[in-house]
Amino acid sequence: MSASLATVSYIGATILFILSLGGLSNQETSRRGNLFGMVGMALAVAATVFGPQVTAAGLPWIIGAMVVGGAIGLTAARKVQMTQMPELVALMHSMVGMAAVLVGYATYVDPEATKGFEGAAHTIHAMEIYIGIFIGAVTFSGSVIAFGKLSGRVGGKPMLLPGRHWMNLAGLLAVIYFGRLFLQAETLQDGMLPLFVMSAIALLFGIHMVMAIGGADMPVVVSMLNSYSGWAAAATGFMLSNDLLIVTGALVGSSGAILSYIMCNAMNRSFISVIAGGFGSTSAAPKAAGGAAAEPAGEVTPILAAETAEMLREAKNVIIVPGYGMAVAQAQHTVFEITRHLREKGVNVRFGIHPVAGRMPGHMNVLLAEAKVPYDIVFEMDELNEDFPDTDVTMVIGANDIVNPAAQEDPTSPIAGMPVLEVWKARTSIVMKRSMASGYAGVDNPLFYKDNNRMLFGDAKKMLDEVLVALKT
Amino acid sequence: MTSGAPTDTAAATPQRIGIPRETFPGEKRVATVPDVVTKLAKLGFGVVVETGAGELADLGDEAYREAGASIAGSATELWNSADIVFKVRAPTPDEVALMHEGQTLIGFIWPAQNPELMQQLAAKKVTVLSIDALPRTLSRAQKMDALTSMAGVSGYRAVVEAANAFGRFFNGQITAAGKVPPAKVFIAGAGVAGLAAIGAAASLGAIVRANDTRAEVADQVVSLGGEFVKVDYEEEGSGGGGYAKVMSEGFQAAQREMYAKQAREVDIIITTALIPGKPAPKLITAEMVKSMKPGSVIVDMAAEQGGNCELTVPGEAVVRHGVTIVGYTDLASRMARQSSTLYATNLFRLSEELCKTKDGVINVNMEDDAIRGLTVIKNGEITWPAPPLAAAPKPAPKPAAAPVAKKGHGEPSGPMPAGKLAIVAGVTAVLFALVGAYAPAEFLSHFTVFVLACFVGYMVVWNVKPALHTPLMSVTNAISSIIAIGALVQISPMANATERPNTLIVALAALALVLTAINMFGGFAVTQRMLAMFRK
Repeated sequence: MSASLATVSYIGATILFILSLGGLSNQETSRRGNLFGMVGMALAVAATVFGPQVTAAGLPWIIGAMVVGGAIGLTAARKVQMTQMPELVALMHSMVGMAAVLVGYATYVDPEATKGFEGAAHTIHAMEIYIGIFIGAVTFSGSVIAFGKLSGRVGGKPMLLPGRHWMNLAGLLAVIYFGRLFLQAETLQDGMLPLFVMSAIALLFGIHMVMAIGGADMPVVVSMLNSYSGWAAAATGFMLSNDLLIVTGALVGSSGAILSYIMCNAMNRSFISVIAGGFGSTSAAPKAAGGAAAEPAGEVTPILAAETAEMLREAKNVIIVPGYGMAVAQAQHTVFEITRHLREKGVNVRFGIHPVAGRMPGHMNVLLAEAKVPYDIVFEMDELNEDFPDTDVTMVIGANDIVNPAAQEDPTSPIAGMPVLEVWKARTSIVMKRSMASGYAGVDNPLFYKDNNRMLFGDAKKMLDEVLVALKT
Repeated sequence: MTSGAPTDTAAATPQRIGIPRETFPGEKRVATVPDVVTKLAKLGFGVVVETGAGELADLGDEAYREAGASIAGSATELWNSADIVFKVRAPTPDEVALMHEGQTLIGFIWPAQNPELMQQLAAKKVTVLSIDALPRTLSRAQKMDALTSMAGVSGYRAVVEAANAFGRFFNGQITAAGKVPPAKVFIAGAGVAGLAAIGAAASLGAIVRANDTRAEVADQVVSLGGEFVKVDYEEEGSGGGGYAKVMSEGFQAAQREMYAKQAREVDIIITTALIPGKPAPKLITAEMVKSMKPGSVIVDMAAEQGGNCELTVPGEAVVRHGVTIVGYTDLASRMARQSSTLYATNLFRLSEELCKTKDGVINVNMEDDAIRGLTVIKNGEITWPAPPLAAAPKPAPKPAAAPVAKKGHGEPSGPMPAGKLAIVAGVTAVLFALVGAYAPAEFLSHFTVFVLACFVGYMVVWNVKPALHTPLMSVTNAISSIIAIGALVQISPMANATERPNTLIVALAALALVLTAINMFGGFAVTQRMLAMFRK
């Protein structure tokens, strides 16, 4: 295959990737979108394998690596449970990050790659390698920690070291200093040391960054890491002068950035404050100050599963608001059973999804889709927030901060101004929770103390099963 | 257990709740219902019901027995065997005589109106919780608020009584036999009873108007389908504890004028105006009754406290000047089954508060605001009236929450502030100038592609539905394994390049390729699996 043919194939692949992302804009075209992505990827790989840069000697390696990796990937994809999607995605991001680091090192030690670069071109090439490895390493360690947090292997609470912002700044300065050394390095060996030191700092930086972020901010982190993995690919593209890598990396990078932005908007927080980390603890001081006023008064009214079923049966309009608790309890199938039962009885059941419900963007939608909930009864917050006053019963399943009226009513609350689902405006709201513990934001929820709110304590799955049994009798 | 151990010693034996038959003439209610008996049993209590206690509320002995209660053959037997007695009406002297030391009585006692009864009960060394003395402003007390639940029933019943006495439809109809105008109903006082009446009358199809001296209830009136009629005079009428207060002379004159006008226009008047501890205000004068259309109806729910209408005869329905004036004082009792169920639930909630340990032994905890308020006699000592709540949870005017700027995702956000825009543009310009000044031509072509691709990505992704964010992430993740290309171009060992550390490079590239392959295949496969699940 000639170089021109390979380039044309790359353009084809680029177009397919753009179509793929565009296809995901709605459910009807999404499957085709994914197909475009696969075809594009196959085309790009084939064009490279048969292109001028790969010789016959490399083929056994390629086939071997692809078979091993492919087998692992397909097995993982088949075995993973939908509730574990955030972990899987985070883990996969780490692989892209690691690959970027490996490719960066391989490029650096390859004298053929630098051949012909002089002066500014050489400096830029070295910078590309340096930056590429840096982004790759941050992505890698950050994703690994994100994976650990999402799968519960690492605690969800933000870990806040004293003077963490200064530590980050010092790290950044060190990276710049070693970058200078790296650019001035005469030989390969001279450059190696700065490169290693920088990689180590980058790894620590990634760990530290994600450790400082609380569980509720995970959707932002996951989409941010997604963005990083794209930028890592783009940096590799600059390193190798490969336009396909640059374009694809930029596509992925900007898409992740937009998602992060949307998630931040949904929490009414700036991107910087999320990344700076420590939700709920940084705002502890103002909370304590306004504590007396913000302390919700009154008492919660518990309810039994049978009574919940009774209320649902007598309702005309029901809105279900799922949260992370539903994912943890694996309760989505029971939720669907209840929904189906009520819909057969003529009850208008809908789902209200908060943009940051769960641990990754769109998490709840995927779980409900898995449980076969039709997507035309699943609504975004903005689509049904005004319907709550006409709703008889709202069921909040394992969600807390996203239904906290303090966001609207109490300007001193750490989550003030965050858009929330106005469940308390329904005639009755039922909150299913394991205990009275506060949500990830560490904010007490006045909803629980409202007169029209009932608490159904217990494991979401177990309680919903009981509700279902009671409904059927 | 007949000896009756003092209630606050930790006696391990579960206590028995007794439900006597109400002896007040015409009283049909009963203090608990079979459904609630089961719940009380779950709290650990035993329940004894006097035979025939629920008969007038259509609840037979058999139903109680099935729910787990035992049946006492006579009042004497019941009062002797119970540690706690639930009643509706205040006990008669005969009943007080049956009480024994250490017993607990819960019911409507009205301590202010019945000072003698209080003395008699105190002499018996019993504990008395008067459900009407509940501090109603305490939000957690609402589940035990029997006044509210009884008032709700009465309000509903008042409309039913009015409809019964009224010779026409409530709703307007156009039939083959002619057009029927809707009935006009005026409700004085929009407390719990008034609101229940508004709801009931509106759902029968009448045009409902209502008035209250407390302006803040206007919204509630409207929400139930009524129309709020204002008095043309400025004065705020909220007294303590959610009741109204006595208003000024000027206001009362304006109010009388308004009532007179309503009396001429409407067909039915339901009055619910009460001021605690005072006789009911006379809102409807004899003149106003005269001005009403013949066949009109007045239901005076304040009859027991003297009535809001001058011509009301408490306990009876009379016709004066062609207007039926209903002065029944037992509206709640006329719906005995419903009111008994609600009252029973209120008492059950109270039992939960009294018996937090769920071991069937009550603890009259005087530290608890709600229970302190309810307790009018503790072990023979009169503790009424309770001191006012230490920190009355007065609804402090809340600072207006900052208006929440709603930014829908998927929608273009508003234009950036000019200053911020200028800074961004400036920084971008400097960076671009630097790149332009130093970078070689080849880099610039890559850079062009990079910047354009960022914008394409931005445009494309902005349209993605939030529901598809997870698949989007997993597909972009799969696509980012394009980095495999980087590994592929390095993996081939080059025979002619002697300086190249082939083994190292091949090893690094092969490892990178394995990782990206996992990502590539896994990412697309899992996306496929996810998307297949989305269905209509």
